[in-house]
Amino acid sequence: MIEILSEIFSIALLFSTIRFATPLIFAALGGMFSERSGVINIALEGLMLAGAFTAAVVTFETSNPFLGMFCGMLAGGALASVLAIACIKFEADQVVAGFGINILMFGLPALISSAIYDSAGSTQRIDKEHLLPTFFDISIASVLAVALVPICWYVLLKTPFGLRLRATGENPSAADAAGVNVIKMRYMGVIISGLLAAAGGAYLSIGQSSFFTRGMTAGRGFIALAALILAKWKPVPVLLACLFFGFTEALTIPLANLEIFEDTKIPVQFVQIIPYVLTIIVLAGFIGLSRAPKALGIPYRKEK
Amino acid sequence: MKIFREILVPLLAVVAAFVVGGLIVLLIGDNPFQTFYLLIANSFGSLDDVGWMLFYATPLIFTGLAVMVAFRCGLLNIGAEGQLYVAAFATAWVGIKFGGAMVNVFGEQQDWSWVSLPAILLVPLCILTAMVVGGIWGAIPGILKAKFGSHEVINTIMLNFIAIALVSYFTQYHYKVPGYAILQTAPIGEAARIPRISQFIPGMSDFVPLSVAFLIAILACVLVYIFLWKTKWGYELRAVGENASAAEYGGISPKKQIIIAMTISGALAGMVAIGEVLGNRYLYYHDFAGGVGFLGIAVALLGRNHPLGVFIAAIFFAILTRGGVFVDAFTQYVSKDLVEVLQAVIILFVACLQRYTK
Repeated sequence: MIEILSEIFSIALLFSTIRFATPLIFAALGGMFSERSGVINIALEGLMLAGAFTAAVVTFETSNPFLGMFCGMLAGGALASVLAIACIKFEADQVVAGFGINILMFGLPALISSAIYDSAGSTQRIDKEHLLPTFFDISIASVLAVALVPICWYVLLKTPFGLRLRATGENPSAADAAGVNVIKMRYMGVIISGLLAAAGGAYLSIGQSSFFTRGMTAGRGFIALAALILAKWKPVPVLLACLFFGFTEALTIPLANLEIFEDTKIPVQFVQIIPYVLTIIVLAGFIGLSRAPKALGIPYRKEK
Repeated sequence: MKIFREILVPLLAVVAAFVVGGLIVLLIGDNPFQTFYLLIANSFGSLDDVGWMLFYATPLIFTGLAVMVAFRCGLLNIGAEGQLYVAAFATAWVGIKFGGAMVNVFGEQQDWSWVSLPAILLVPLCILTAMVVGGIWGAIPGILKAKFGSHEVINTIMLNFIAIALVSYFTQYHYKVPGYAILQTAPIGEAARIPRISQFIPGMSDFVPLSVAFLIAILACVLVYIFLWKTKWGYELRAVGENASAAEYGGISPKKQIIIAMTISGALAGMVAIGEVLGNRYLYYHDFAGGVGFLGIAVALLGRNHPLGVFIAAIFFAILTRGGVFVDAFTQYVSKDLVEVLQAVIILFVACLQRYTK
């Protein structure tokens, strides 16, 4: 028994927890800015895919992962502004519009990659030396993700910008009366979410992996959203929640290799579903304790 | 005036999708007119073309209705994909276990079934299985939402991944014919097969997989209409979707309605198994759906959450799905993924135009 436990809980598990948590941290912090401004962001998945695809293409073409990541973030920001226009200007149902963005990002990268690389499944593999650099097995993106947590905490809770953003999500009419430009704050919240979620996606294609595959986020945008809810939309708990979900995903590696009996491994499908099952359980168990921003999901129309 | 607006919104969304799609095709370097011709014309060339197109429309009608029922209760069911996967596997399982299925294992005939029911019992049993299993899988996020308030969108997405993994496990380890590389179950018994339309229409080739499942889909449209607009239960379900707190004030339990709506939604999604397992491949083939559960959302939105609209929208997306195959083959650069892009643009435009219809 102890042998089995020590086989599972190793230093390698710690490292893979950080690796798997990295894209979630970016996406959940991004989602935090959007949702604290009052706009539901179901589109995190699609925004991550936009970042992953753009980063993979730009890095392959220029051999510069930093330029790749930067362009990926720009793509995420651009796509998020489409979502913002739909949700804020046209007052579209935020869940439906976000879902539309996700579907777009299943089709569009495949359409483009089949046109430029003649392969709808994936983009070209990037040489290892042109991927995001790592220090002691930890990607620079992971360092950046963790560093972003105190920065986001400061911006959201200690600056006038953060105060206005939060006021917009809690009570837009009062914020408006106090002179806050509610519409502008919401646009900024959604676009920041696009920049950050796309950075998380870029890490997937040019950090963890070395190319883009169709739908490679595999639900991580939604897991990030679950982490955000679990963290009650607060930056430091977001880090902890993402580490938890990263841990559940990291567990799949030793568990898949574990021999429960001689020559008998746990079927890979049972291992794969662990993060998804835990997401459902955690969400059901903790959601009652969590309070969403009051104006979340409600379009704001200035009173005349 | 209302009907005019109901038609105008989907039309504008479709036009917008073709304009955006056309620009993308142009940027990629193909001719948009040729691409759109390939996309649409291949559903109308011959009787077989129409048959194929209606075959593609059948699952979309079911998933469109599934998403629509949930929408009418104020829920977004992104889980139709998972619901139809578990339902299709369970249907094949019943078809194997109760259908007297003989399986050829390395040249030796093995009997994998428990009993051999006649078609008159087996087909209804299979259809019931599809609905019940799909319904149970749909009820899970409904119960989670009603009891714990957790969002159905996240839960249905998670349940999609779980469904596909579980079904893949059972297929791979327990119901695959040993020695076969393809991830699919053993064939269902002959008695579980439902007739193909080509048997009744002279001139349609036997290999067109359009089956009576299409007629069941039309029947489902009618029944959903009657349920939602002509019964007390349907009224209560829609009342929650219109205004949950007002409904609760009027003595309707939103929690109960949420569970009912998600169960019906899952059952409708599960009915995709009828055409696929009983009418097309006569087995469960893993990965068969390829997103029809998600496409159901676009079908419901474009169909203005009305059964007649869902039917028309399903035909529209079936035309595109069939056309996508030809676009893949006969254009230089454009792939069938164009259909997904058109689908996304339609969803975004319908969502944006929504408020002008009130």
